[in-house]
Amino acid sequence: MDWQGQKLAEQLMQILLLAFAAVSFGTGYLLGSFQMMMLIYAGGVVLTTLVTVPNWPFFNRHPLKWLDPSEAEKHPKPQQQQQQAVSSKKKPTKK
Amino acid sequence: MHSFGYRANALLTFAVTILALMCAMASFSDNFNHPSPSSSVQVLNVNWFQKQPNGNDEVSLTLNISADLQSLFTWNTKQVFVFLAAEYETPKNSLNQISLWDGIIASKEHAKFWTHTSNKYRFIDQGSNLRGKEFNLTLHWHVMPKTGKMFADKLVMSGYRLPKEYR
Repeated sequence: MDWQGQKLAEQLMQILLLAFAAVSFGTGYLLGSFQMMMLIYAGGVVLTTLVTVPNWPFFNRHPLKWLDPSEAEKHPKPQQQQQQAVSSKKKPTKK
Repeated sequence: MHSFGYRANALLTFAVTILALMCAMASFSDNFNHPSPSSSVQVLNVNWFQKQPNGNDEVSLTLNISADLQSLFTWNTKQVFVFLAAEYETPKNSLNQISLWDGIIASKEHAKFWTHTSNKYRFIDQGSNLRGKEFNLTLHWHVMPKTGKMFADKLVMSGYRLPKEYR
């Protein structure tokens, strides 16, 4: 799951659960049936689990593009060179 | 970090939190119900009235109990426990309550009822105060909701005066 997919999964989970809670409470209250509320909400939780928990393909539409390792070797980090220079200067002073 | 287990855990936690909220709302919705129960009890007969060897008065009554408790039931009501108590005052205690009959009402359909019965539990005074005593018959009920707080109420009904002599 990529970054965009993670955000989507989390938002989907919260919106779906809240929507099912609202629908089930409204239906249960209007029908006067506590059992109906529980059944609708349980169904909603199962559906939300199926939609947001498995790693579906639509959560992987924005893959990260990493640099090729050979590309990184061609352009070494400038900081590393400086550190090496400093350490090489220090070593002779100790000796 | 965003693994299968992490997402399942987050979903379960959020789902149960919402469930608790829904139950709290269901419990709160009971406040919009204003019940208007009615009931009446007639003492049809004093079967016998005697003094026990240990000095306590005991009386047996035949009762006709009718009640309409349908308005107590809401969508969040599991059952209603109802009992009929005789309440009277004695020199020693300002309030004596003796349960004569009780019942559990499981659904709204059974909440309108009448029964013709002798007292289910023995009507015994702690002492010898029942001759000529006037007592109130009170219907008490406890509403047990599916979620939320249990609450109780009562309805005081017409009284009855016991005979002056044992029989």
